[in-house]
Amino acid sequence: MIRVMIAELGHFTLTLALGVALVQSLVPLIGAQRGWHGWTAVAAPAAKIQFLLIAAAFAALTHAFVTSDFSLRVVIENSHTLKPMLYKVAGVWGNHEGSMLLWVLILALFGAAAAVFGDALPPRLLARVLSIQAMIGVAFLAFILLTSNPFDRVAFPPFDGKDLNPLLQDPGLAFHPPFLYLGYVGLSMAFSFAVAALIEGRVDAAWARWVRPWTLAAWMFLTIGIALGSWWAYYELGWGGFWFWDPVENASFMPWLLAGALLHSAIVVEKREALKSWTILLAILAFGFSLIGTFIVRSGVITSVHAFANDPERGVFILAILAVFIGGALMLYAARAGALEAKGVFGLVSRESALVLNNVLLAVAAFVVFIGTVWPLFAEMFFDRKLSVGAPFFEKAFTPFMVLLAIALPVGAILPWKRGSLRNALRPLAAPLLLALALAALAFAAETGRSALAPVGVALGTWLVAGAAAELWQRAGRRRARLARLPRADWGKATAHAGLGIVFIGISTLMAWDVEDIRVAHIGETFDAGGYQITLSDVQEVQGPNYTSTMATMIVARDGKVISTLHPEKRIYPVAAMPTTEAAIDNGFFRDVYLVIGDPQENGGWAVRTYIKPFANWIWAGAILMAIGGLLSLSDRRYRVAAGARRTAAAAPAPAE
Amino acid sequence: MKRLVLALLLAAAPALAVQPGEMLADPALEARAREISSVLRCPVCQGETIDDSNAPVARDLRLVVRERVMAGDTNDQVIDFVVDRFGEFVLFEPRAKGANIILWIAGPMMLLIGLAGAAVYLRRRGTQPETAPRPLDEDEARRLKEILNE
Repeated sequence: MIRVMIAELGHFTLTLALGVALVQSLVPLIGAQRGWHGWTAVAAPAAKIQFLLIAAAFAALTHAFVTSDFSLRVVIENSHTLKPMLYKVAGVWGNHEGSMLLWVLILALFGAAAAVFGDALPPRLLARVLSIQAMIGVAFLAFILLTSNPFDRVAFPPFDGKDLNPLLQDPGLAFHPPFLYLGYVGLSMAFSFAVAALIEGRVDAAWARWVRPWTLAAWMFLTIGIALGSWWAYYELGWGGFWFWDPVENASFMPWLLAGALLHSAIVVEKREALKSWTILLAILAFGFSLIGTFIVRSGVITSVHAFANDPERGVFILAILAVFIGGALMLYAARAGALEAKGVFGLVSRESALVLNNVLLAVAAFVVFIGTVWPLFAEMFFDRKLSVGAPFFEKAFTPFMVLLAIALPVGAILPWKRGSLRNALRPLAAPLLLALALAALAFAAETGRSALAPVGVALGTWLVAGAAAELWQRAGRRRARLARLPRADWGKATAHAGLGIVFIGISTLMAWDVEDIRVAHIGETFDAGGYQITLSDVQEVQGPNYTSTMATMIVARDGKVISTLHPEKRIYPVAAMPTTEAAIDNGFFRDVYLVIGDPQENGGWAVRTYIKPFANWIWAGAILMAIGGLLSLSDRRYRVAAGARRTAAAAPAPAE
Repeated sequence: MKRLVLALLLAAAPALAVQPGEMLADPALEARAREISSVLRCPVCQGETIDDSNAPVARDLRLVVRERVMAGDTNDQVIDFVVDRFGEFVLFEPRAKGANIILWIAGPMMLLIGLAGAAVYLRRRGTQPETAPRPLDEDEARRLKEILNE
């Protein structure tokens, strides 16, 4: 009997979670305002209970997917008994209702984490933070229960489901949404801290020290989530594109840029007690863009205004959430930001100024992505023009800001706090500069008459990587023994910056030097593509668990030596009646060989596409390095000292350095 | 032309973007056709270029582009030809005309505003005297006392 009712139990715990979140959003806030300690003490246990209740609901939905309970509407529409187990589980968040449930689960997880690790925080600040976090929870729990109930039953369960979109049945994409959500929702912590600080009317180094790890963690997850999505697009969509400037991608990219800016401005607040009100504003905006991203993806508004008008309920609800939280936070900001006085004084040439430049560039870059993303909507609403904004626009309008950022970064990173001299800063960077120019010349020599993209990208990337190395060397006082003793945060910073450089090199060379070959090949035929000899040796029909596949066997050779044997596939998923291409890739350090099998041709041959993708893996390797850099910083002893400071100095305002 | 007709006949099956049969024999002309089709949006798809799309209409447009290129049109003429029939919706790079000028100058304008704001802020921070630390409030004073007594 209990088994049959698991979905109802899930629905019930979700409703209970809404109740707990309501209590958690009101009681501690009033307690903090009035100074009633009993009331503020409600916050932490409530946050933990709320998380457990939502986790129970999530477990119930997972159970329904795993056991293929086709009395639930979402399971019918997104699952099938023959689907492999991994995708049955991933199917939980591969649909609107389930993904919103994952959203609130992560929201509650962050709240509970703050409750567990937050006993060093001043109790009033913690109460306010958890209360704001709970308000966001109330809004989204209500959204789920009122418009998107995942536990909706149907009266007459069918024998089998309609299957998950085959494109989504992929390991890369199975884990893409959870990471992205950890990032999006992680920024809610920065938001809650910002609003709580505005209510208190005070931001100090201790506050920044608390906000930074949360932002860093959110940024790290976003980095991984975006990289996974881009990697998936690369190998799954059949021609090796890795970024499309699609509204849904931009929706994740804008919070990433702003989280990057926030991460850096919070350093200035922590070390120098300056840039306070800007940092608060960034925290509000970063989460605001996460909400906008959720709105864009969930409402379908960008695809077409009309699609939105046909099913406006959900879109309007999220729009209202967005308006209340961001509008409310900005009003509070307007009223209180003046009270946040800055303390630190610094010269024009200083680390502080460099970080201000970083913030200007990242924020403007995010703004460009934003206006490009919403412009079609604007143009249709106000100018009655139906138009598109796509990759060619973004490549022209966005790239210059990244070029400026890359030029300035190594110099800014090496400048001292308060006041520095450009000449002293540039001295250790002479070697990186020379190396960058030399490699750019090499890239220029390697190509003939092609675009400036590759040499410029290689120069900037090398400048970033070598600049990061030079900075570490400089910090270690030019002695190898001291390198290992540098704080983890220094290593984290250098790793993340070098990772960005690697991404620059990967993107620019891939875009400039991509080789493509499209042809009809007969079985047994060998052809030449980009210096490789490719042989189509066989094509066979193969039966998969829930698809049939046309699988080719292709041999890649260079100078007569066989490099690898690859099996590109074309699959058909009969339940969803949808074909997919599964490219076969020989991954290499300097290039990928990327093979795709197409349709049989009239004369007995097969359409075959071959791509040689130079430095493709550098893009994702760089992204992973950035995330590792974040992790290194996060593991720095100084954060643990800050966390452990509960016994020593947390309540006293931490002095600026 | 015969190849184009054959290609049109084969268009029904779902297929990967550009097919071998569609391609022009002259590599220079084919390269131009690819360049043009990578900035044109497939009218019925979600944000795909006609170069990437599997939709039949994208294929028709690719063939139209190749026909115009063969007929001797410049890249701009080909794009105009398609825009005249399908509207500016098919342009992935919106033309800087009319209201679209706002889109194109928004980034640079914002950068100027940001830099100006930063400059004002930096000047202020460079000249103001360092303020004294804020005195402890009640809670903090109590906490400090606890710590000192520990």
